[in-house]
Amino acid sequence: MAVKMFRRCPDSGLYFHKSAESLMKAHAVLGVVFLLIGGIFGLLVAATRAPGIHLLDAETFYMALTTHGTAILIFWVIAFEVAVLYFASSTLLRCRPATPRLGWLGFVLMLLGSLITTAAFFRGNSSVMFTSYVPMPAEPIFYLGLILFAVGALIGCFIFLGTLVIAKEEKTYDGSIPLVTFGALVATIIAVFTIASGAVILIPTLLWSLGIISDIDPAMYRVIWWGLGHSSQQINVAAHVSIWYAIAAIVFGAKPMSEKVSRGAFLLYILFLQLASAHHILVDPGISSTWKVFNTSYAMYLAVLASMIHGLTVPGCIEVAQRKKGYTNGLFEWLRKAPWENPVFSGMFMSLIIFGFIGGITGVVMGTEQINLIIHNTIFVPAHFHATVAVGTTLAFMAITYFLIPVLFRRKLIWPTMCKWQPYLFAGGMTIMILLLLGAGTLGVPRRHWDVNFTDAALQYEFAGTAISMLGMAVIGSIIASVGGALFCLIAVGSLIFGEKLDTGASFLSSFGFPMAETSYDVERPDKLELAPIEDTGNGGEHHEAKGTFVLALVFLASFVIYFFINAKYLSSLWPMM
Amino acid sequence: MSIMPPSHRVWWNQPIHKIEVTWVIIALVWCLVLFLWMPYWHVYGEQNLSNESYKTSAELFEAKTQRMVDKYTVRTESEAEIPVVAPPAGSDVYLVGRLWDWWPILELEKDKSYRVHISSLDYQHGFSLQPVNINLQILPQYETVITLTPTTTGSFGIICNEYCGVGHHQMLGKIIVK
Repeated sequence: MAVKMFRRCPDSGLYFHKSAESLMKAHAVLGVVFLLIGGIFGLLVAATRAPGIHLLDAETFYMALTTHGTAILIFWVIAFEVAVLYFASSTLLRCRPATPRLGWLGFVLMLLGSLITTAAFFRGNSSVMFTSYVPMPAEPIFYLGLILFAVGALIGCFIFLGTLVIAKEEKTYDGSIPLVTFGALVATIIAVFTIASGAVILIPTLLWSLGIISDIDPAMYRVIWWGLGHSSQQINVAAHVSIWYAIAAIVFGAKPMSEKVSRGAFLLYILFLQLASAHHILVDPGISSTWKVFNTSYAMYLAVLASMIHGLTVPGCIEVAQRKKGYTNGLFEWLRKAPWENPVFSGMFMSLIIFGFIGGITGVVMGTEQINLIIHNTIFVPAHFHATVAVGTTLAFMAITYFLIPVLFRRKLIWPTMCKWQPYLFAGGMTIMILLLLGAGTLGVPRRHWDVNFTDAALQYEFAGTAISMLGMAVIGSIIASVGGALFCLIAVGSLIFGEKLDTGASFLSSFGFPMAETSYDVERPDKLELAPIEDTGNGGEHHEAKGTFVLALVFLASFVIYFFINAKYLSSLWPMM
Repeated sequence: MSIMPPSHRVWWNQPIHKIEVTWVIIALVWCLVLFLWMPYWHVYGEQNLSNESYKTSAELFEAKTQRMVDKYTVRTESEAEIPVVAPPAGSDVYLVGRLWDWWPILELEKDKSYRVHISSLDYQHGFSLQPVNINLQILPQYETVITLTPTTTGSFGIICNEYCGVGHHQMLGKIIVK
């Protein structure tokens, strides 16, 4: 008799495989733990950076900043992404996961690696920032932890690929893989490239810190390290765009406007991946302008084009779905009547808007070769990537968590009113902080800096009063965002422990990676996943166009163009140099 | 549904929404403008980073800077007696970044061009000239050379905007333009 390994979630209709769902839960919980750790250190950083508060001493500040950056940019997002990979392969394709035991090996490596690197931070001799630029040394265990974590993540990637092969072989689905799985596949391919770059640079750096290699060229380090550093953010983009599409499908039943355009845009992420890595070395010595101009854009900025396409097609598919339901008045009834009190939707939509309008525009502008001269290493840079990673990626992951807690963990969300407000608090606070830091950065305020008043320095420099007050006020946004972030962690963990059980088999341990009771798994083989139904165009074949979204897209383009030329104008006011 | 296989088995032949095509074209044109602006600025703009840089070593670069300091120092500033160096217009000027200062203080003339060489003697540093707001990444073993023409007079701060250890916030330098 074959063993029954699947369960069907009665609320969503999704099928969960016993091993896959346990792995998903373990990785998601690991991610949230590091979101909490990273978030706490983020608040400490913000409270120190504000000149009026200046909480920590310099040494602790740089330790906190290193911990904050690495915990969020590596441990939180990647652990959660591996959970997303299991979901997008095993759950969406109704397939058993490939080699679940190796999946646990991957998990243990990620857990160990993250703990080892965190221990290195707390020992205090590895405050080298997330980028760990040579020749500033960290303790060997700092690099070792990162390498172990990366190997664990790589195992997760290969299990994802293996699961796709099994699903194809065992014909668990009809036609092509869903768009969301396709996006996750793109994220996986980028992740493999990213981890390979990381291995190429971090393994020699580990050997260097052990004294086995005598010297690492700092320019070479930067070029290869950014193949890890920025490509890892491209994993995030591919993953959170997939989640946007998933949420559009889950909340609205939306189908892509056209599969061809959305998948084509995803492909561009792979082909033009390296473009943003080059943005980090635009004002470096030893690399020619020709190299910089070409590699920063590949002549066409097709990865930017890809994001601009998703920026239209994600809200566009929601608009079409909403219009079909009868919200056809004017340009924006579909948006006004969207479920703004549902955190799954509100989180996703704010993630999309802030990622595009703030993160996207600032990223491309500062990635222009010459404009980088006025922005490189100012606090503008962290402001940019808080719009992309903190709001774009993290808020999208928070939004999907509100969906996963009842469906995957089979627990009811606690504090429904707080759930409603949490995305607004987090996105609102972040936006206040981001805009003020963009302003301060434009006025030259440096990033990664303990004291912009330069206490006890032999020489002095005084920033414009506006710059300092913007830096000071930004902490208000940081505090609001931290309240939002803390609320998320409380709701997530609280629901896992105290949330009403939606399945009698959902035990305390099953919230943290153990399987649910045997009785919960009562399906031997799920029904084959059929093609999405062909659209019934409704009343007499009326075709719905996404007019409102197109108007939003034009507003976006206008902001983009204006902001670009404002910065070009600013650049032209600098001292001439060549 | 984006979480289900495409409704048409041959999805790549399905028609595309008009709005999508229009947007892809508009966005692509803008992306091309973004690219073309960079070569355009290299030809018509006045703020471009030079392609001149050399491999060097801390000892060599420090020695070159010391030679300039010995030759052109006009006075010293602050209790630390930091030399203020006034090299002739058009000459090669050296600036050292190290834990934790930019050394020496440079005194330049308005509207005159200087070949400024910058390198680090230890970790990576960030040359950030304020409030002009010119920001460069400075690496050890590499000598960056830029031709700079100050167009405003006054005292300008050089801060470090690449994290370089616990004294990072005390790393300052100065350029005086007369």
